[in-house]
Amino acid sequence: MLLFIPKLPLDKGIEAIIDFLTTNISFITKAISRVTEGGIEAFISFLLYFPPWLIIILIALVAFLITRSRGIGIFSLIGLLLIWNLGLWTATVTTISLVLFATFITIMLGIPLGIVAALYEGFYKVIMPILDFMQTMPAFVYLIPAIPFFGLGPVSAAFATVIFAMPPSIRLTALGIRQVPVELIEAADAFGSTRMQKLFKVQLPLATQTMMAGVNQTIMLSLSMVVIAAMIGAGGLGGEVWKAIQRLKTGMGFEAGLGVVIIAIIFDRITQKAAGRKNT
Amino acid sequence: MIKIKVENLVKVFGNQPEAAMKLLAQGFTKEQILEKTKQAIGIGGVSFDVHEGEILVIMGLSGSGKSTLIRCLNRLIEPTSGKIYIDELEVTAMTLKELRELRQKKLGMVFQRFALFPHKTVQQNVEYGLEIQDVEPGLRAQKAVSSLELVGLKGWESNYPSQLSGGMQQRVGLARALAIDPDILLMDEAFSALDPLIKREMQDELLALQNRVKKTIVFITHDLDEAIKIGDRIVLMKDGLVVQQGTPEDILTNPATEYVEKFVENVDISKVLTAQRVMRNVGTVAYLKDGPRTVLRKMQDAGISSIFVVNNDYMIQGIVMAEDAAAAIERGEKSVSEIIRRDTPQVVPGTPISELYTMMSNGSYPLAVVDDDSKLLGVIIKGSIIAALAGRSES
Ligand SMILES: Nc1ncnc2c1ncn2[C@@H]1O[C@H](COP(=O)(O)OP(=O)(O)OP(=O)(O)O)[C@@H](O)[C@H]1O
Ligand SMILES: [Mg+2]
Repeated sequence: MLLFIPKLPLDKGIEAIIDFLTTNISFITKAISRVTEGGIEAFISFLLYFPPWLIIILIALVAFLITRSRGIGIFSLIGLLLIWNLGLWTATVTTISLVLFATFITIMLGIPLGIVAALYEGFYKVIMPILDFMQTMPAFVYLIPAIPFFGLGPVSAAFATVIFAMPPSIRLTALGIRQVPVELIEAADAFGSTRMQKLFKVQLPLATQTMMAGVNQTIMLSLSMVVIAAMIGAGGLGGEVWKAIQRLKTGMGFEAGLGVVIIAIIFDRITQKAAGRKNT
Repeated sequence: MIKIKVENLVKVFGNQPEAAMKLLAQGFTKEQILEKTKQAIGIGGVSFDVHEGEILVIMGLSGSGKSTLIRCLNRLIEPTSGKIYIDELEVTAMTLKELRELRQKKLGMVFQRFALFPHKTVQQNVEYGLEIQDVEPGLRAQKAVSSLELVGLKGWESNYPSQLSGGMQQRVGLARALAIDPDILLMDEAFSALDPLIKREMQDELLALQNRVKKTIVFITHDLDEAIKIGDRIVLMKDGLVVQQGTPEDILTNPATEYVEKFVENVDISKVLTAQRVMRNVGTVAYLKDGPRTVLRKMQDAGISSIFVVNNDYMIQGIVMAEDAAAAIERGEKSVSEIIRRDTPQVVPGTPISELYTMMSNGSYPLAVVDDDSKLLGVIIKGSIIAALAGRSES
């Protein structure tokens, strides 16, 4: 029976909306894009201004200080030195900068939205299916509308990344707050706390562990998306992989892929430890 | 003076409280209402008063509505209908701001599962109530320390709750409530999660503390022994309704319904009945100026084998035994002062029978019941205890 119904013009509809938005607001988004791109590039140049060994030692030191694990410190040192040796330093710095930038934006948006979702049942019910949708939609799809708004380049990549990596930070912030035992909420209320006092003195401190797990997931998703986003000119390690694919160079692809793995492990261990350390 | 007044309080859990209220007014039971309307009756029309400075115990089996009731008092649960007054102010009519003020200044709450903040130290937990009132840090630290001292936890300030035993955690809970110096303490099964030994210890400490700080306490328990031990008065609940209220003795000696009778059946009554309840009037006493002859005559007239000696202010001096008096007469003594036994046991009116029992089995003297000034109020002999234990309704 479905055969008799003509194909619904869902694609045309979406395109019409995007077209409308592009013609009407893209001058703003393009402007934002230029400024942001300048910022990201300045940050990358800043990191590249120092000799790689200095940055490598600093990162390894930070990893060690946060995790208090000598193993992770040494792994970071050797892994990053290997990346440098393979001639991937510039690409790696680009990737790290993009991930940090995207994660920063994601958290700035995701945590407040997560708090609101935790406190207002109605908002929670609306946003959860949207998050499911955002997470299951194939990541590539976000790249397409990003281009008309932000043009080819790192900002489009960051935009798509933010959308892709946002759900866990919202979800786990809401979860962390909702998980606070009801008797602690009662205790806070019984002493006459205002809503804000309850949030900042009881709910958020007790939710930090879960929220950090969300940050960890956000970073991991950002990293995977930043690699994919090389297709729209994000550059970095993903760009190297992309080049290798186009030229069918397995070895080169493997090297760049290894770089991604090393960065991923360092980010993951640091954020996991930061999450596990609180409230022991 | 009445501190808290509760008038016809109802709490219906569910989305159609009106339907449930209507059936409630028609006298349907909680179960019937649940079946017909799918609305759960938490409490179904409860009235009682709490007097200033007393410990009022709300007692009942699981599901009888105790927690719901105590949470209505500070509106952690919003009552469906009825009124609550604290210090003659209507709590049920307060704005949220007034309510917060009331909770901050007047109502301290202690929870069954302690509900301490795991991310705060003992000190920070106790300071919480003051912190949210923006009390200046120096002052609030000072108040927290003295509150911790009151519950015997000095020196544990910088520990985290998870490092403390259950009993100690509940002391922190109590200190946190006391730190704001509230008029009223609300305690929901505060000792139920503790081991029996620790529980008894905490009950004793609460009573001792109450003697010093004189709060008005609403204490919830499902444990009758606990209710009897610490309650000045008891409100007994069943299925969201009050079945009886009164002193522990009232409830034990005159159970209002069969349900209450069942409930109190297994109580060790000897823990509850007090010296005052079983003592008898003294009748004849001897005076210091009396000679042995007079004293012996008094005993013979009253048909007793020993007699209490009092001074002119009726303060007890000791006891004289009939055989001693007879011997003194033979020796030709003129005064009883030589034969007074001054080691006679004395008890206060509030002493529970169980203690009297052990005291009596040790000696052959009757027990003198005296007030704080040693004035003789009554006498207890073994027979009167047995009589009291035999029939509860005997008065
Ligand atoms: N949030 C709620 N929603 C629906 N019904 C509730 C709710 N809270 C309590 N009730 C019902 O109200 C009644 C009284 O519950 P309450 O917790 O006050 O009992 P309780 O006397 O404190 O019992 P316990 O000794 O187990 O703590 C119970 O029948 C319970 O099922
Ligand atoms: Mg309860």
